[in-house]
Amino acid sequence: MTGNQKKLLEVKHLKQYFNVGKPNEVRAVDDISFDIYEGETFGLVGESGSGKTTTGRSIIHLYKPTAGKIIFEGEDISQLKTRKDFLKFRRQMQMIFQDPYASLNPRMKIKDIVAEGIDIHHLAKSDQERSEIVENLLETVGLNKDHSSRYPHEFSGGQRQRIGIARALAVKPKFIIADEPISALDVSIQAQVVNLLKDLQEQQGLTYLFIAHDLSMVKYISDRIGVMHYGRLLEVGPADDVYEHPLHDYTASLISAVPVPDPEFERKRRQIVYDASEEKDDPAHPKKMHEIVPGRFVRCSEDEIPKYRARAKKALA
Amino acid sequence: MTERILDVKNLRIDFHTYAGEVKAIRDVSFHLNKGETLAIVGESGSGKSVTTKSIMGLLANNAKVVSGSILYHDQDLLKKSEKEMQNIRGKDIAMIFQDPMTSLDPTMKIGQQIAEPLIKHKHLDKKKAWQQALEIMKLVGINDAEKRINNYPHQFSGGQRQRIVIAIALVCYPEVLIADEPTTALDVTIQAQILDLMKDLQSKIETSIIFITHDLGVVAGMADRVAVMYAGEIIEYGTVDEIFYNPQHPYTWGLLNSMPTLSSTKLEAIPGTPPDLLDPPKGDPFAARNPFAMKIDAEQKPPFFKVSETHYAATWLLHPNAPKVTPPDEIVRRWQLYRKMNNQTQVH
Repeated sequence: MTGNQKKLLEVKHLKQYFNVGKPNEVRAVDDISFDIYEGETFGLVGESGSGKTTTGRSIIHLYKPTAGKIIFEGEDISQLKTRKDFLKFRRQMQMIFQDPYASLNPRMKIKDIVAEGIDIHHLAKSDQERSEIVENLLETVGLNKDHSSRYPHEFSGGQRQRIGIARALAVKPKFIIADEPISALDVSIQAQVVNLLKDLQEQQGLTYLFIAHDLSMVKYISDRIGVMHYGRLLEVGPADDVYEHPLHDYTASLISAVPVPDPEFERKRRQIVYDASEEKDDPAHPKKMHEIVPGRFVRCSEDEIPKYRARAKKALA
Repeated sequence: MTERILDVKNLRIDFHTYAGEVKAIRDVSFHLNKGETLAIVGESGSGKSVTTKSIMGLLANNAKVVSGSILYHDQDLLKKSEKEMQNIRGKDIAMIFQDPMTSLDPTMKIGQQIAEPLIKHKHLDKKKAWQQALEIMKLVGINDAEKRINNYPHQFSGGQRQRIVIAIALVCYPEVLIADEPTTALDVTIQAQILDLMKDLQSKIETSIIFITHDLGVVAGMADRVAVMYAGEIIEYGTVDEIFYNPQHPYTWGLLNSMPTLSSTKLEAIPGTPPDLLDPPKGDPFAARNPFAMKIDAEQKPPFFKVSETHYAATWLLHPNAPKVTPPDEIVRRWQLYRKMNNQTQVH
């Protein structure tokens, strides 16, 4: 990413702990920092339990962050308190959820689901305007406007996810968090939804945080990627670079485990085994994000920087 | 000649629902050779799970086998009583289910769960059964098995639980193992471990595997042969190389084309959705989503056309009178690879 692009979101030393102070304290997100630029798609990958979903939920304030700052358009949104502030902020930021079966209220009609944001923010002056907006939204996401008076159970998984996308778009947000939006869908439908998200981004200049465990899909949709493990961000960089030349050992092992639809490749595949002790904190050598080469960050201690620099150099050669 | 261990012929299964008869399996035939892994690929609702449930005799109450046979050692499994099936299930034909979180009994020690099939089928006493349970736990890679045998399922992680499910399935050394999306609920790194384990155990135990999945990447790594299902039918089958490098059916093209490879820059989605099996289309079921569909596709169901001794595809495009079409770029690339691979083998 070039330096002159505007930062839309800055996450600074975000910590999200659960059961703080109790024996079962969980450090779901442990001091992570990253920026998302306007108009880009930032992919967050990791295995289950890595904290990627928690990160997304903390950003949109479904949890109150334990510590750290979330700066959206220059304003710290981690400390919002009044309903008025929240309304203003949530108009800018929306979310698409993983499970299209659980995220739509089965007792509401599609038009009411999609228009919920419109109602809350009083974006429509009349009933007629409201239904016009809804119908336009449904057409935007590739559904038929006649669908608006149906109920969720009348739709397939892919169609439901389109409804979820229409609902997110209803308030004209700048930023959308998509939390595993395709993992509940069939392969042939996944591509449809991903392509829709890409088209919408182009048309409306949206910025995405795309959270997923499917690395090949994340690589396909994202401009930049962050790799999470055990609540920490281990590596950040442009999608193609991170995939082709991972710097951190964990990233390399994760990529080596992705099955590829190519039998020849699979026969030759060697999975890289990762030793998680590499991530252990060593008080003598504190680890933090270091910029190894411009645009590529790795979480490491000062001593390890040369090692990663050498790796990055080798990748460029 | 390879020995056929399982032979499914002209299987048709309907489900009775309030809306009508859902024709879930529509004339499906395939066989499983001894020692091989056959992958059945398809989207949800394509009938891959129903097919294997019928082999296990685990169909839901509202399912009706309309016709067909499932021959296992020349006996038709569909004609067996529930009691007879209980003697086959878990002993000769075993199954691994998708979700390791729900396929174990939370109130039973895992040692007991692994030993159960041995006590039931091999009539071992408890001590001997637990002894063997311990051995198989070591075989599937559970560390500290002596201690862990007394643990309950919730004390294990997802990947370990799936190892236990595999241990239960393999403890009687079944001839046939049916794995229904065994790694879908797991993370990629754990998935890779479990797949390696299955391959390793297959060679040790000499079992034949039917592997059901929607993930073509997993298929590429696991399968010897592949059957592609769509709307309750097998539409193409062949060796793994034939399906991945020389696919002939437009649906197989679409599937391969809609998966991102680590190098792909553009995804081609298959438009539309699968047909409603309450009222299946009379021609090629894929016709409505097929950019290469011809007039005949809407009218008449294509028969299987032979591509090679092992490779068949049900598409009118293979009819001698069909026009030549150019498949998507990604498929052309794969075809070229296939030609290159074949030339090399001929030279050698």
